[in-house]
Amino acid sequence: MYPIVEAKLLAPDVKLFRIHAPRVARKRKAGQFVIIRIDEHGERIPLTIADSDDQGNITIIVQGVGKTTKWLNTLNTGDTILDVVGPLGEESEIGNFGTVVVIGGGVGTAIAYPTAVAMKQAGSRVISIVGARNKELLILEEELQATSDELCIMTDDGSYGEQGFVTQKLQELIDRGETIARVLAIGPIPMMRAVADVTREKGIKTIVSLNPIMVDGTGMCGGCRVQVGGKSKFACVDGPEFDAHDVDFEILIQRNSLYKDQEQKSLEQFESEQCESKKSACRLQHEHPEVGPKIGTQSNA
Amino acid sequence: MAKSLPPKERVKIPRQGMPEQDAKQRARNFEEVNLGLEVVAAESEAQRCLSCADPKCVQGCPVGVKIRDFVELVLDGEYLKAAAKIREDNVLPAVTGRVCPQEKQCEGACIMGKRFSSLAIGNLERFVADYERQTGEIGLPERAPATGKKVAIVGSGPAGLSCAGDLALHGHDVTVFEALHEIGGVLLYGIPEFRLPKDIVRGEIENMKKMGIDFQTNVVVGKSVTIDELFDEENFDAVFIATGAGLPQFLNIPGEHLGGVYSANEFLTRVNLMKAYDEENYDEPVYKCRDRNVAVVGGGNTAMDSVRSAMRLGAEHAYIIYRRGEEEMPARGEEVHHAKDEGVEFLNLHNPIEFIGDERGVLKAVKLIKMELGEPDESGRRRPQPIEGSEFEMPLDVAIIAVGTGANPLVQSTTPDMETNKWGYIVADDDSLRTSKKGVFAGGDIVSGAATVILAMGAGRTAAKSINEYLNTGEW
Repeated sequence: MYPIVEAKLLAPDVKLFRIHAPRVARKRKAGQFVIIRIDEHGERIPLTIADSDDQGNITIIVQGVGKTTKWLNTLNTGDTILDVVGPLGEESEIGNFGTVVVIGGGVGTAIAYPTAVAMKQAGSRVISIVGARNKELLILEEELQATSDELCIMTDDGSYGEQGFVTQKLQELIDRGETIARVLAIGPIPMMRAVADVTREKGIKTIVSLNPIMVDGTGMCGGCRVQVGGKSKFACVDGPEFDAHDVDFEILIQRNSLYKDQEQKSLEQFESEQCESKKSACRLQHEHPEVGPKIGTQSNA
Repeated sequence: MAKSLPPKERVKIPRQGMPEQDAKQRARNFEEVNLGLEVVAAESEAQRCLSCADPKCVQGCPVGVKIRDFVELVLDGEYLKAAAKIREDNVLPAVTGRVCPQEKQCEGACIMGKRFSSLAIGNLERFVADYERQTGEIGLPERAPATGKKVAIVGSGPAGLSCAGDLALHGHDVTVFEALHEIGGVLLYGIPEFRLPKDIVRGEIENMKKMGIDFQTNVVVGKSVTIDELFDEENFDAVFIATGAGLPQFLNIPGEHLGGVYSANEFLTRVNLMKAYDEENYDEPVYKCRDRNVAVVGGGNTAMDSVRSAMRLGAEHAYIIYRRGEEEMPARGEEVHHAKDEGVEFLNLHNPIEFIGDERGVLKAVKLIKMELGEPDESGRRRPQPIEGSEFEMPLDVAIIAVGTGANPLVQSTTPDMETNKWGYIVADDDSLRTSKKGVFAGGDIVSGAATVILAMGAGRTAAKSINEYLNTGEW
């Protein structure tokens, strides 16, 4: 059992957890991930380690997109997670490369962040570009500000920072004559693919962190296999970071949609159960007004 | 031994058959196929043992279970004592009685088998272990006084468990590290429920906990902690590496990335460990098999387990595609037989050359080529070769690749001063199982390549003996 020592909402449906997992905290390096399982009926899902501390805690940032992540996001400080295993995967290649552009899209920002920190510490000049749909969904602004030489914020609707996509900002940097040694892009697959397209013609080395479906995360099943440079690689042990110019993004998109129906069904079932339990809470509130506020507070927490 | 008959009478008793679930019915459920011997049948079977002065069966058993002695106890009706007798040499009797290829081991060596049929040793072992479990009076052997020495076991499969059991008996302080969230290795994620109920594995693990063995799940040695750190920071005196051969091999043919194409490891892990077959209650999905065509490529036990699982998930057609003939199949005879009874279709002397997908990247067909057997190769088996021009396409929704596994490199890659061979397996001395690194021993599939549960358990015992010697003498 791994206790949650802190849980806080960063944006709608995006939650930060600090989890006590001393073995993971001690060994983890930027770019690595954990696999978690909430309870004995749960599935195993991979999540990137955003940070760790000396008290044996790791930080993960979770976006609620399906049953398991939405379920996870209902947990709070004091709750436990049944299984946390890691650190898994290869660490990011870190060094003093000159100017490094770190791009995070959506919750991918949480994955890009530890690498930005490590790059900065290693002496690289770090320009961070963060993309979000709108101001509300923007995460880790202060943290990235602290670790970047330059921080560019892009929102799709222009509600904060500049209006536009991360690729536009990247193009701007290239156009203004920045000598970019490498780009690290993490976010939705279409975003990573678009970044790869921008940098390919300029010959700028570009690294992406891939997010295929995983089961064990230790190289024993090959469920996470991706096509890189025409070869099959296991993202959990060979990656998750790969050269963006060699990745077959189309196959990744196809493989990630394999369980769409089952995922949808599982989510619907979960949400209707959540709804049921809320309804009974409402009934309880109605019949016993004195316990109402307490239950209400809990479900909103 | 009041009931024992003269040898002439004993050989007249027929070998007792194993009652099993009806083939049609069982082909669609995950409940155990073999139902176990009743007391009367077990008694009759035990009567057949000739109590050889020099029992060949014991030599045939990789862990040296005192078979004659335990069978005599069965004959006396002392089932609990019989189980305890097995436990002196074997920590997992309820498991081995079910999954050992006895025809190649103890039963293959049984003298009765020369003229009659061999004694059903596996079924008797299973009978007493099940009896013991049902009564709840587990005859755990006694531990030697604590030595104060700490041993780390890396991997909780059959090799690791058997080594842990023996070392605990010697009085050492044993910790087993497992990367997955449950203990048991292949017993849990690989061998399906219908052949080895998981409650039985869990029961045996509980017994081992009672022997004082510490189990730590979610620890990936090589990632969460290295071998050097186990010595330097966690003060272990010796390490036994039993990580198995869990790296799946693919065919490296076009279309292998398509949706619906699985390694057997992934398919079985989803189905067994994550219980994907119970989709109402568990979250891990598996690609739909119901009313679809599923083919498993390979002819070993893993292939049989996969194809029979697919059948139980509702496949309309469940095929085995194997490039050699049935005679060359490495799978346990009983499993092939069971698979056939359950309706599995065998495409022997066939080999896939391409997987074909639809526009969504999902498997829809396989291109097969027919094979014929040529001259024998180095292994003595006739080499399969393709028949030119015999290619054809077959509609297929799910393909499961069960053509073998290799060495997972996680431990080796972070332990550079430990020698490995060109395939990545750990090099260990045949007799002592010592590696090139002081204090580190290795055994089971990570040394030998993929083999059987009982051979891995045999390696675990050998390692335990050798580790014990090292801990007592301090000499490397």
